[in-house]
Amino acid sequence: MTLPWIPLLTLLGVLVPLLTERFGRCACTMATAIPVAVALLLTLWQIPPLQAGELPQFALPWIPSLGLELAFRIDGLSLLFALLILGIGLLIILYASFYLSAEEATGRFYAYLMLFMTAMVGIAMADNLLLLWLFWELTSLSSFLLIGFWSHWTDARKGARMALTVTGAGGLALLAGFLLLGDIVGSFDLATVLASSDTIVNDDRYPIMLVLVLLGAFTKSAQFPFHFWLPHAMAAPTPVSAYLHSATMVKAGIFLMARLHPAIGDSMLWTWLVTLTGMATFLYGAWFALLKTDLKAILAFSTVSHLGLITTLLGIGSPMAILAALFHIMNHAAFKGALFMSAGIVDHETGTRELERLGGLRRLMPLTALLTTIAAAAMAGIPLLNGFLSKEMFFAETLDAPLLGGLSWLLPAMATLGGVLSVAYSLRLVYAVFFKTAKHQPPKTPHEPPRMMHAPIMLLVAICIAVGMFPALLATGMLQLASHAVLQEALEFHLAIWHGFNLPLLMSAVAIVAGIVTYVMHRHVRRFARQFASVDARLVFEGMIQSLATAAHVVTRRLENGSLQRYMSWLLGTALLLATLGLLELPELAGNLETQPVDGVLLLGAALMIFGAAGTAVTHRYRLISLLMLSVVGLVVSLTFARFSAPDLALTQLSVEVVTMILLMLALFFLPQKTPRESSARRTIRDLLLAGSLGMVIASLNYAVLTRDISSISDFFIDNSVPGGGGHNVVNVILVDFRGFDTLGEITVLALAGLAIYKLLNRLRLFMPHSDGEGRVWSPDRHPMILTSVSQTLLPLALLVSAFIFLRGHNMPGGGFIAGLISAVALILVYMARGVEWTQSRLDFQYQPVAIGGVAVATLTGLGSLLFGHPFLTSAFGHFHIPMLGDVELATAMLFDLGVYLAVVGATLMILANLGKLTTPHRPRKDAPADDTKETPLSNKEIH
Amino acid sequence: MESLYAVTTGSMSACGLFLILRGRTFPVVVGLTLLSYAVNLFLFSMGGLTTDGAAILDGFANYADPLPQALVLTAIVIGFAMTAFVVILAMRARGDMGNDHVDGRQLDDGREERR
Repeated sequence: MTLPWIPLLTLLGVLVPLLTERFGRCACTMATAIPVAVALLLTLWQIPPLQAGELPQFALPWIPSLGLELAFRIDGLSLLFALLILGIGLLIILYASFYLSAEEATGRFYAYLMLFMTAMVGIAMADNLLLLWLFWELTSLSSFLLIGFWSHWTDARKGARMALTVTGAGGLALLAGFLLLGDIVGSFDLATVLASSDTIVNDDRYPIMLVLVLLGAFTKSAQFPFHFWLPHAMAAPTPVSAYLHSATMVKAGIFLMARLHPAIGDSMLWTWLVTLTGMATFLYGAWFALLKTDLKAILAFSTVSHLGLITTLLGIGSPMAILAALFHIMNHAAFKGALFMSAGIVDHETGTRELERLGGLRRLMPLTALLTTIAAAAMAGIPLLNGFLSKEMFFAETLDAPLLGGLSWLLPAMATLGGVLSVAYSLRLVYAVFFKTAKHQPPKTPHEPPRMMHAPIMLLVAICIAVGMFPALLATGMLQLASHAVLQEALEFHLAIWHGFNLPLLMSAVAIVAGIVTYVMHRHVRRFARQFASVDARLVFEGMIQSLATAAHVVTRRLENGSLQRYMSWLLGTALLLATLGLLELPELAGNLETQPVDGVLLLGAALMIFGAAGTAVTHRYRLISLLMLSVVGLVVSLTFARFSAPDLALTQLSVEVVTMILLMLALFFLPQKTPRESSARRTIRDLLLAGSLGMVIASLNYAVLTRDISSISDFFIDNSVPGGGGHNVVNVILVDFRGFDTLGEITVLALAGLAIYKLLNRLRLFMPHSDGEGRVWSPDRHPMILTSVSQTLLPLALLVSAFIFLRGHNMPGGGFIAGLISAVALILVYMARGVEWTQSRLDFQYQPVAIGGVAVATLTGLGSLLFGHPFLTSAFGHFHIPMLGDVELATAMLFDLGVYLAVVGATLMILANLGKLTTPHRPRKDAPADDTKETPLSNKEIH
Repeated sequence: MESLYAVTTGSMSACGLFLILRGRTFPVVVGLTLLSYAVNLFLFSMGGLTTDGAAILDGFANYADPLPQALVLTAIVIGFAMTAFVVILAMRARGDMGNDHVDGRQLDDGREERR
């Protein structure tokens, strides 16, 4: 159970610096180091079981349906990386405490660093491919934050963005690769994947999967041609460069390749791709490391080069090559970490990183000079240092590489060339900074930094020397565990400094001698190189991003230009396309059902509807006429429902029709009476075509459905309506009982719409016309006599009818919806006849509580069934004998229907009465002064 | 009869859709209402067209399909709520923008832009 604590501790460690920052830098550093140190101890704790041959694992299901598990393991490879990450992380925390200037946000920096550490540890320990990918992306994100830490600096922002883009894109490719891999294997579990090499390599999708996974690894590990982000990421603070860009993050790609090597590495495609990419990177990085003049740029390119070296070894893939790769991972982390930290000291002390402006620092900073020289010697592969050992193993492996057939000597030749270059740039680095006499004075006069800043470097350099001297003693144990994890079997090997006179030794010697010569001649080399126009990767990258953004912008402008008409036409066009494709799949339009005969009434109804619809469209510029045409359609629709056995629908449609028309009339009062002619002929033709073809498609679809026999679930409702719901009107029983939850949702929406409208009308500024579209002044007769008396007489009758409709709803056409609408219409009639003030003074209540109360009643009815131990909205009914009325059937559904009734009345009146109120205070009055009738913007603050 | 019904639904949808593509709010609202009529008819017909078979259980067989009816009934009411909301939105837009164009921009009246 200690296993999950390792990433968890570092994750918790994200909070520590933020909480302790106010106690000062020293306390903050110490506090941050604690969880890391504990995690490091926990990791070391895993060594004994590992050596005993166990595999510590921990798994917790996360999203089982996706195959994602919170699964961790520690095998030798995880151990190697976890130790690197936590160990060097600890040193970096210490170092950064001195590196960052006093005013910089230490807490934030450490928090990012801990986040990154968590992600790296997660990658190293993940036992599930998807989990590994998650951590992988987390490293991209956290490294973005770290590289861009000095966010006020353009280079930092651009470098961070570039790193994120490249590694993020690689991460997406990796995800695709993992998904394919998981699909091939049938599991994302690491152990299963590692054991299925044969299945994977023989699958048809193997090449695609391999390329995708390698894209992820190559972008992360800065392999050619994706290397360019790494030098630009050097805009990060030096501790970050030392940590991310030498020891850990760039090794994540390497780690991935090593991790998956048993599963996907057993093919010629792997060998070719990985080896040649690695070799190209090795040479490319070394060449540019020699040419650069910025201290950190040299280190960055040399890192690229060394990553190439490791990649080459992983590509070759023989057991000894894997061993050499793992060994070099350790060694490189040690000497490159030391070099970066020294470079940070130099930068810190002199204020510059340009080789031209540095020199002669040996006298001012002797200790730094000594440490840097040793680390650089290790990098160059000088004997008795750790770099020498792994580099010689590399030379030996290139000699045995199963690649390039008759030209197989190319590989060792290139390796030697790379060795020559690395000796040259290492020499140049040390000599130019510390030994040659300075031409210019550096911006600051340097002196040795605080002792504690040297401590991490000393430790790393000590490791370089110790491992270089006693490799068998110090590195064998670790390498045995790690190689066992990668090779899946124990490997017999013996690390030694001296192997006798052999070809690798000769290659080393050639590299050292030729490297010194190259350095001596490096002015000529550099002059030669200057003839080639240098390409700034950042300009190229920014240019590509710019053109991508421009292209995206152009596409977006076409699709999304802020015009609703454009969106609608896209939407309708897409719907047309999809529906047409669906229709094309039908064998024939007509189904096998007998069609029913047409009679005159039907023909008349259809003709009326089509006439009304066409009229609405044709006269749309004359809005009132268009509206009247629409009302014709609405009425015939209601008759259609009545004709085809849907009395409830007919009643609902009829009453809604009345309310809608009143509403639209009211709204039209405030809107222009005519639509200006502004559509071009082309646009009109386009819209006609689009709407016409969609109409035809809809008609065809409808016909196809109508002539086919469709099995319906309605028999259930018909059979259970009386025994289960206690009602004979199946439609109403469905509404209030079977699908009561839906209805509850709908009345909630209704009430919400009412409330939203109420809010929208608040403080609405409107232009009041004082005349109609033809310029006729509104009639001064506010409340016509006939309407007034009729409405008042009608009101009680209408309310009585609605009560009747409501009560009989469960067994006959009717119910809460219809009753509510009838009541609403009756009340609206009074409003229209008498005006809002008159009515409001007599109906002294607000409609909002009515609507909300309706929803509440319905909800409470539903909740009531919970009290009796039934599910939400279970209805109960029974027969009761009531004096005077006789035997009456009562159902709780009735109560629910009451809620529906109240919600409908409340919402409808909330909408219409509030809208109506807008008109009232501004009507021209007989007794009012003339200026009241002017068109004035008004606000209706007085509406409550 | 089925073909007549289908043609009616189709024509109503076409007219409604044409109005939805207009550039001023009121025709769009009218178009939406028209389209919702057509859609309701369409949905209603999914249960087939039954004559004299209202689903009031009285012992006869051959009832009309009650389920589409129940769904369409609520659709009609919700449709009203939405029409109301949109039309008030249109009024609000006119009040705030000074014109009733659907794009909600401050445009000069009567100017035709390429959209």
